Amino acid sequence: MVEESDVRVVRFGGSKINLRPPIISTDSRFVLCTSGDSVKVYSTRTEEWLHSLQGHTNQVTGIALNPANHLQVYSCSADGTVKLWDFIDGILIKTFIIGYPLFAIYVSEKHEGIVFLHIAMDTDSKKEGFQLVAVHLPKSAEQEVEAKELSAVSSHISPNPSCTAFGREGQYIAFARNLQLNVYFFRKQKTYSFSLKATDKKGAKNAFTCIACHPTDDCIATGHEDGKIRLWRNFIHKKEYTYSTQHWHHNAVNTLCFTPEGTNLLSGGIESVLVQWQYGTGNRKEFLPRLGGSILHVSASSDGQLFCTSHSDNKITVIESSFKVCGVIQGLVKGDAVLTDLMIDPRSKALVLNGKPGHLQFYSLLRDKHLYNLDIVQQEYIYEAGLDQFEVVKAAFDIKGYWLATVEERGQKSADLEFFLKLWSYDERTQSFVLNTTITAAHTDRIISMCFSSSEETTMLVTIAEDGQFKAWCQGVDADTKQDQNFWSCDFVGSYHNLKPTNCSFSADSSLLAVSFQEVITIWSPDTWELLTTLCQPPGVIRDLCFGRLSCSKYLISTTTRNLLCCWNLLTCALEWSTSVEVSKLQSDPLSENVAAFSYQSKHTDLFVFKPNEPRPLFTHKNVCSEKIHRAVFVPREEPLNNCDESSQWLNRSQLYFLTQNMDLLTFSTATEEDRMLSSSTRLVIDDSVAVTPFYLLLGKHRQQQQKLNTPSHQAADRPQQPQGSVTITELLHTPAHVLPPASVLCSMFVSSLLISNTGVLQDPLRKEMESSEQEMNSEKEEEDSEGEMEACDSQQELRVQGSVDEVTPKLSKAQERELKRVRKTDFSWMAGLIASKP
Amino acid sequence: MQLFSSLWLWKLSCKGIIRTTTGQRHLKHTHTCFRKPQHKHLQRDQLQNSEDYWERRRRTIGLKEWDHARLSDPDWVCAGSAGLDAVGIWFRECTHDREEGTQSEDLRSAMGEFKVHRVRFFDYMPSGIRALAFNQDTERMAVARMDGSVEVFHCSDRFFQEKIIPGREQCGIEGLSWVGERLFSAGLNGGITEYDLTNQKVKYTIDAYGGPIWTITGNQQGTHLAVGCEDGTVKLFEVNEDQIQFERNLDRQKSRIISLSWHPSGSKIAAGMMDMIQVFNVETGHSIHRMLADRGAGTSRSKECVVWSVVYLSDGTIITGDSVGMVKLWDDQTGTLIKSHNVTKCDVLALSVSQNEDSLVAGTSEGIVVQFQFVSMVLEKDDKEWVRTRTFRNHTHDIRAVAEITTAVVSGGMDAQLVVRPLLDKIEVRSAASALRKIHFPHRRLVSCARKSGLMLFQYPGHLELWRLGESEGKGTPGSSLFVKRNPEKLLQLKVKGEDHIRCSAVSPCGGWIVYSTASTLRLYRLHCDNNNISITKISKLPKVLSSANQLCFSSDSSHLFSASAQSSVHIASLSQSGCKFVGTLKPKSGSHQAIHLLAASEDGKWLASANSDHEVHIYNLQTQKAHCTVPVYSSAVTAMGIHPATNCLFMMHADQQMFEYSIEQKQYTDWSRTVQRKGLHRFWVERDTPCLNVMFNPQNPSHVILHDMYMLCIIDQSLPLPDDKTQFYNQLTLKSLTEEQRKSQSHAFKVCKTFKDILCVELMPDQSLVVVERPLEDIATQLPAPIKQKKFAT
Repeated sequence: MVEESDVRVVRFGGSKINLRPPIISTDSRFVLCTSGDSVKVYSTRTEEWLHSLQGHTNQVTGIALNPANHLQVYSCSADGTVKLWDFIDGILIKTFIIGYPLFAIYVSEKHEGIVFLHIAMDTDSKKEGFQLVAVHLPKSAEQEVEAKELSAVSSHISPNPSCTAFGREGQYIAFARNLQLNVYFFRKQKTYSFSLKATDKKGAKNAFTCIACHPTDDCIATGHEDGKIRLWRNFIHKKEYTYSTQHWHHNAVNTLCFTPEGTNLLSGGIESVLVQWQYGTGNRKEFLPRLGGSILHVSASSDGQLFCTSHSDNKITVIESSFKVCGVIQGLVKGDAVLTDLMIDPRSKALVLNGKPGHLQFYSLLRDKHLYNLDIVQQEYIYEAGLDQFEVVKAAFDIKGYWLATVEERGQKSADLEFFLKLWSYDERTQSFVLNTTITAAHTDRIISMCFSSSEETTMLVTIAEDGQFKAWCQGVDADTKQDQNFWSCDFVGSYHNLKPTNCSFSADSSLLAVSFQEVITIWSPDTWELLTTLCQPPGVIRDLCFGRLSCSKYLISTTTRNLLCCWNLLTCALEWSTSVEVSKLQSDPLSENVAAFSYQSKHTDLFVFKPNEPRPLFTHKNVCSEKIHRAVFVPREEPLNNCDESSQWLNRSQLYFLTQNMDLLTFSTATEEDRMLSSSTRLVIDDSVAVTPFYLLLGKHRQQQQKLNTPSHQAADRPQQPQGSVTITELLHTPAHVLPPASVLCSMFVSSLLISNTGVLQDPLRKEMESSEQEMNSEKEEEDSEGEMEACDSQQELRVQGSVDEVTPKLSKAQERELKRVRKTDFSWMAGLIASKP
Repeated sequence: MQLFSSLWLWKLSCKGIIRTTTGQRHLKHTHTCFRKPQHKHLQRDQLQNSEDYWERRRRTIGLKEWDHARLSDPDWVCAGSAGLDAVGIWFRECTHDREEGTQSEDLRSAMGEFKVHRVRFFDYMPSGIRALAFNQDTERMAVARMDGSVEVFHCSDRFFQEKIIPGREQCGIEGLSWVGERLFSAGLNGGITEYDLTNQKVKYTIDAYGGPIWTITGNQQGTHLAVGCEDGTVKLFEVNEDQIQFERNLDRQKSRIISLSWHPSGSKIAAGMMDMIQVFNVETGHSIHRMLADRGAGTSRSKECVVWSVVYLSDGTIITGDSVGMVKLWDDQTGTLIKSHNVTKCDVLALSVSQNEDSLVAGTSEGIVVQFQFVSMVLEKDDKEWVRTRTFRNHTHDIRAVAEITTAVVSGGMDAQLVVRPLLDKIEVRSAASALRKIHFPHRRLVSCARKSGLMLFQYPGHLELWRLGESEGKGTPGSSLFVKRNPEKLLQLKVKGEDHIRCSAVSPCGGWIVYSTASTLRLYRLHCDNNNISITKISKLPKVLSSANQLCFSSDSSHLFSASAQSSVHIASLSQSGCKFVGTLKPKSGSHQAIHLLAASEDGKWLASANSDHEVHIYNLQTQKAHCTVPVYSSAVTAMGIHPATNCLFMMHADQQMFEYSIEQKQYTDWSRTVQRKGLHRFWVERDTPCLNVMFNPQNPSHVILHDMYMLCIIDQSLPLPDDKTQFYNQLTLKSLTEEQRKSQSHAFKVCKTFKDILCVELMPDQSLVVVERPLEDIATQLPAPIKQKKFAT
């Protein structure tokens, strides 16, 4: 057995960015938000993800700007630490160890060196009681400090962190729980509490949902479950306190926020309309409707010029003070459930799953960025509960990413089922999928599953449905229309003793198709549509089917409802081995022989990774999470790791992502990976004097290159041309604009300097890719490669002949320059496909 | 508004507010011609064909055909049955509905103690409230209604309606004002009226000679009254000992003066007009500031902005409410706008500020009251601002008047109810006195009943209606209906001569006499009723003393008429076939001269009790015509009283829900009454918010006292133990489920029945049937003019 070692379950990529209110930095240039185990920094202008602050080992549960230094941010996490970061440079300044899981953080200008934290009352019952504690952060030069000076401010506070807020100049803190509002004055050390009745005669629900304090007046705004907003005043009197009520929201108010000057109050709720109430003038209000998902948090920048709303569809909207949306930061859209599987788009390596209603979303996990939504249903979605609307339920890509098949369905609950099978082809020109064929009645009953054949020559789609048939669909010229375009049509209809099919799968080389009918697995030849053999191991209905890859391609793995994992040898048509394990999801890695099985037993999920050729797991991870897992996917890495550790070797090629039932996207991370990330986070230093512009980034890259080039032990003095480039740039930057020569004069000089560095950039990944491919391909198969690559290789070879990369002479011939330009433009994405296709 | 100049304003009869489709409001004055007074307006409704009625009834219910077998069976609707003594009150009901002029009886039957006539054909319609005036010193609230009547409520005595001064035709009161303990009103007839509150009548009316008066207000010093007139003048009147005297006009303006407010110092006065507010120096009479109120945006831009209400605070802030829906705050030093609050889309009709000027309420035509408070923006500092805080929605129609009293906000409007909304932050202890109170009906009886002949006399402001109750047959189980044998019948409608409204009326127990009194006249009629022929004769020669009465009452044998008049005296007149003869006058030995509002004669004709608004109860011996004794004065007003027919004990109900039983013969409280006072009444009983309006005794069971208020009917069994605070008060249902044994230990003296709602009057007839006169509030609501249409969410 392999003991679990440095492999850890983390939230990385596609995490919730709407868990806590986003923060806008004092200069309005950055938006900070919590995202899984890290804090992400986005630019407000470009909406780009700049970097993330990594270091916490559990979910980050709160962030707050350091009131003493506006360039620093505190973050608290469920791992029991508070960390202080320089968020512009992404440097961890200090770690304060509290020792209890933390759930929210508050700071106030008046209380310097003190942070206020939510911790659970009882470590056992997490959901019951929370208390607010003040923690004095000790001043110490060390990196890691233990902060043990805890003093409770209040116990039994609401678990919702938006129900706590600091009042004017930090003189008091207001917190609400259920039907009670408490105001604690620090100076007097006295709490005033006011309670509301649960309901009044008209059935209003009065429970508090959020709280905000006016920055200059003593006025507390509270939001309520029935959509009312109350403004409390005079709350130092037990009796003469007073409040006014305003009502626009028809459902619970999720968030409230005063603008820094206190002139306006912002509120948001399920309606996804941002409402701006003018403070002091009763009911004058402005609306910003149709923002997407329901608004969860609103925050304002300290100069009041920008607002940020975070939405339930994992989105942050940046709004100008003139009530105009100026930016959208979209995370991985998470609905109530993912109906499609998690998939990887072979082209963009993006994660594909249900996004907005009726859409498929493409999400880049590497860049942790939402790429785009593909409208599948192409009908307007009506935001109303109880309507039966079309939803994408199945989707599949072919191996090259040229075809996409989708199934949309309406009437899941009712008897009159309506569904469409759609086939989409990738259009190079528009860089998007376009609808090719819509099949209205593909089957007579619901489609259960579908898969594309993975062969090179012909693409074939197999669908299985509840009507007991499986159908193969092929692309062919329509005889009636005789158009150039090829449409899809049915090629073969198969069935087996009228049994209901449960799953289907193509072997890695597409020479075999396995379709399971209840307890029987049938193996078909897709070329002749001949039933080759049947495999049966009762009892239990087959749930998952999976062919082995690469060296294990002679194996077929199946799971049954009766907790049996079987491995069949297709050469002998006999059961190789079987084991009794309850498997909820079986997923094979396309880049290796490894198969991952998630097993749900006694209220927690375990992961087993094994190779089909041996009935012994490579890797086991007990208690991955407490929920059942139905969706998982192997995501190929951009560059493989070289872990030597046996337990983490299976993660070298690709990463395993899985989705829990409450829509957390989790993955496994290894120690080496974390080390690398930590080193990269400290490496990145942004010069504060230069604004973050595309030009700057280009420049930054250039400088990094330069540094990299400078640092190695190679002889730096050998390059007489390099300093010239930097001279050009410094000249460009430091000479006043009016004395500069015309741009055209400078341009060529500048571009040439860039060009040299670019070869350096390009060559690095190139070589790595080459190496990786060499690693993978044990046999030499390069003769099949295209000419372009050959040439690229040649050039590389040339370079190698010349010596190290660093020794590239900057003076290149025109032909060479042209060559380089071409290389730069070449799309190397096919390479990945090549790697994937060649077992 | 432009209609005004073209109208002959002095003959305005009534003022109504109508709305155009856009929701904007205009004032419209209708000119009505004088109707020729009719001498004896006799009207006999034709007996409706009962066949016809049933047909219509069938259609409304939706039955295809009546099941005749069931109809003829008196027990066709039955529900529930249980032991009689356990529940205390079981009713046989017969409902009298009026449907489009048809008198009908829908009979339900029950076996039980009482047969009940549910009378619903008294179309009493309360009049809308136009003005409120609160007197801080005496804690009295004066209310002026649309029909010109003025009522005085005692705020600290559970808002008991102490005094009612009936109105007149064509006297639209626009404003009310207290000056000390004197009450003044002014109206569109152009006159200023002072009231004689002791005798509850108009003292005098003088003409202001400025056209219709829109507003009247007295200064805090109590020296002057200012009225705002149609011709654009603010007229100052000096308040003298017994009269008021015109002093002078302030600078005349072009448009009418709608609202006025004195600065508490009395040196300045703010006037709200069309589109502007003027501030006058009272000494010079010149205008200091002229502040323009904005018109509304959009389509309403062409319409004038009416400043409906203005309040002048001692710190120099002027607060106005206008027809654009804004409450605006102005500075009187600079004459500039400080702040404006948009309260409503319609009009802000009324404003009122609290005594210490830290709270302001505004009533709007949407029926909401908005409170503003003068709150410090930063705690423990002194920079205060007016902030809109609470909103009260208790009205369905326009709020025409609001007043903030010490502990509550009082509001009244077109929907004719007076709402007292307590301010909980001003109340020390929560009690019955601090609950939300809605006053719908007058605290006087408008119905009198001729018990022996089954006649009911209904008193409307301008006429009387006499009805004969229907008859039913058969018996049924409790709660079920009886079959109507004979429909109720309207015997006559008697229209009042003159412009004054009826103050009080009575029908004699035998049904032979009808008497009513207005402020100026008293009329006595003899009623002849043989079978279907009704005739009425007016008794022409009345004794001179019977010129006007505050309260009227017949002796139980109908031989004498008691008429309460000035100086708390009661005149006795004997009635006979030949006419009416003055017998004598009963005068209290000492005490106040307040008007009598309750009279009670004993069954044996020996005693008469009178109660006046100073809470005094005098008892007279009718045989000697001398004052017999005076009941010790209690702090709360008497709301109902009756003399027990067997024991001759006087049973009194007070506004604070306390009850006393006073033995006339022994001149002391009875033992039972002392026990009640010692043990105290149940919390639930004391916390009821409407006064008891009638006391009756069950001749069959002398220990039973029957009481009623607007919401319930109660029988007090004096033989049973009193409940204490721990026992269950409303225990009828519990008792029902208990065994005979347990019932005895659980039952207590109070048996409350809430089957009937919105009760105007309950009367016990000699044949052991109860007459319950109901006036459902829903019926009143349907007769009110349509409220402003408001968009509601999700409609």
